[in-house]
Amino acid sequence: MAHFDPNARPFSHKWLNERLAIDTLKRVLSTEYWIPKNINFLWAMGMVLAATFGMLLISGIFLLMYYVPTTKEAFDSVNYTIMSQVGYGWLWRHIHGVAASVVFLIIYIHMFTGIYYGSYKRGREMIWISGMLLFVTFSAEAFSGYMLPWGQMSYWAGMVITNLFSLGSLHLNGLVEWIRGDYVPGQAFLSRFFMLHVLLMPLIIIGLIVLHFGTLRIPHVNNKDGEEFDFEAEAEKWKAGHRKESKVIPFNPVFLSKDVFVLGIYFMFFFYLVFYHFEFAMDPVNFDPANGLKTPPHIYPEWYFLWSYEILRPFSKNVGLIWFGFAQVIFFLLPFLDRSPNVAPANRRGIFKIWFWLLLIDMVGLTIMGKLPPVDPWSKFGTVFAYTFIALWFALPFITKMEKPVGGK
Amino acid sequence: MSNRRDFMGMALGAFTGLGALGALYAAKRTWDPLPSVKAAGFATIDLSNVPENTLHVEKWRGKPILIIKVAKNSKPNTAPNGNDKNAYDDKRLITVGGHKFMIVVGLCTHLGCIPDYFPDKHKFICPCHGGQFNAAGEVLKAPPPSPLVIPPFKIDGTKVVLGEEGPEYKKLKESGLVS
Ligand code: HEM
Ligand code: FES
Repeated sequence: MAHFDPNARPFSHKWLNERLAIDTLKRVLSTEYWIPKNINFLWAMGMVLAATFGMLLISGIFLLMYYVPTTKEAFDSVNYTIMSQVGYGWLWRHIHGVAASVVFLIIYIHMFTGIYYGSYKRGREMIWISGMLLFVTFSAEAFSGYMLPWGQMSYWAGMVITNLFSLGSLHLNGLVEWIRGDYVPGQAFLSRFFMLHVLLMPLIIIGLIVLHFGTLRIPHVNNKDGEEFDFEAEAEKWKAGHRKESKVIPFNPVFLSKDVFVLGIYFMFFFYLVFYHFEFAMDPVNFDPANGLKTPPHIYPEWYFLWSYEILRPFSKNVGLIWFGFAQVIFFLLPFLDRSPNVAPANRRGIFKIWFWLLLIDMVGLTIMGKLPPVDPWSKFGTVFAYTFIALWFALPFITKMEKPVGGK
Repeated sequence: MSNRRDFMGMALGAFTGLGALGALYAAKRTWDPLPSVKAAGFATIDLSNVPENTLHVEKWRGKPILIIKVAKNSKPNTAPNGNDKNAYDDKRLITVGGHKFMIVVGLCTHLGCIPDYFPDKHKFICPCHGGQFNAAGEVLKAPPPSPLVIPPFKIDGTKVVLGEEGPEYKKLKESGLVS
């Protein structure tokens, strides 16, 4: 039976604790959530992502106050009203645009950190899968947001991407029209993508972030050597005052203060972009209003989708779609395609080291080729990179199967 | 006792499932195009003043319609897939008022960009992934998998009505030439 002290002052620590168990909550969620000491700044990327999501949310709320989701007014509500009439409207727009772009840069760094250190296996599979779900929902969020200014790139990207759902020779035009609510992107399309962007997707993302954090709780984060140790025993050492000998630190306040340091550096870079280099996040083509009778000379998605878009190009329609679909799902399977039990940095894992760097270089290559017009020699390079991407994933189970055990420390 | 509880559980599950299905169907229908969109009308286009070998663009159901009065010699300058025949002899052309016209939906059959027409080369080049078509809408270079689509039409003197299936359209359709 719960005990409530009748003399506790309302809203005092004791009073709240009796009702909400705030001490227990704080202990479980922060002061006794243990982080290994043996990590580096790359382990701050998760918090950088969470903070960037916060920036998107706040700037988005302000943009929402003047944005008009109609095909007639959307373009002007953004490019005229918000940018030149609303006091500091430009600030929210630039924060939103820059954050939407930078968040993908950080996501890629965060993902490749996980791949490099093998943080997706031996109990960390669900961290990886919930992370990939975040990647997919962030992609949907970015795409739906890109429709909203209703410029030329919005319209044509909307056209091209929704057409993917006809699934090539299956000719599912009905499905495409169902997604659009019209034969071509129009008012119905804009309204429903507006709904997705400002409500449904953010809700799902918030839920997934909670899940992602939850999946970290039991396996804990990995460390620079992939070392497996007894977190409870190490935590006892810390609590007993043997802080030097312990291999762990508490999330709050010790790890958090390191996180905040990295966040400080990050936000200097972030606001430098917001104030001085926002244009990289704003495609000039999207400053022309949508016109269904004129395709821009070269349609390309934002930089973070280029690598997968490039995988469409070298192939005939159906084959291209199959490999595009492959590229979308294959990262989900990483924990199961990597057949080696080693949890260790890639540079100690033999052939996997080469695999890791090839994958990284290949995806950068695909990204660069995706931005260039579809003419030779670029198409030729693009083709090579696309085949390499596919080959790397087919090779992964074999090279990891052959991998020798790496002696853990 | 436990039987009774199982039964209640199953009954609850069944009703909830039914409700979920109903809700899903309602959600699906809400995303359907509205009847007013579906009933999108017809477009009548007068072809008597269209100049030869230049691209003429019209709009039908929000989609661009590309029209070319095809010149007698419309052989593409190059055809990467080897299909370099004269487009003027193509069976997909539509004869209106004694002239041969290409009338197609101007969305690339790959992923729906509008291909650009280059009159001197007698071909279309798609800006998105580099697909090519000749002046009759036939593929000269992948990734587009099939020719540009011919919309339903009816010939009315020197005019065509889009959205209605006339005898000429039906004939093309029977020979499998419309898409
Ligand atoms: C986009 C929103 C995301 C947020 C807010 C987020 C947040 C976090 C946080 C706070 C951590 C713990 C600290 C750290 O190790 O950095 C973490 C760890 C992790 N995340 Fe994410 N993450 C996101 C996306 C992703 C994605 C796309 C993936 C890859 C599929 C991913 C995979 C992982 C992995 C494998 C770990 C464990 C790292 C380790 O054990 O060392 N996350 N995430
Ligand atoms: S949309 Fe025309 S080639 Fe892809």
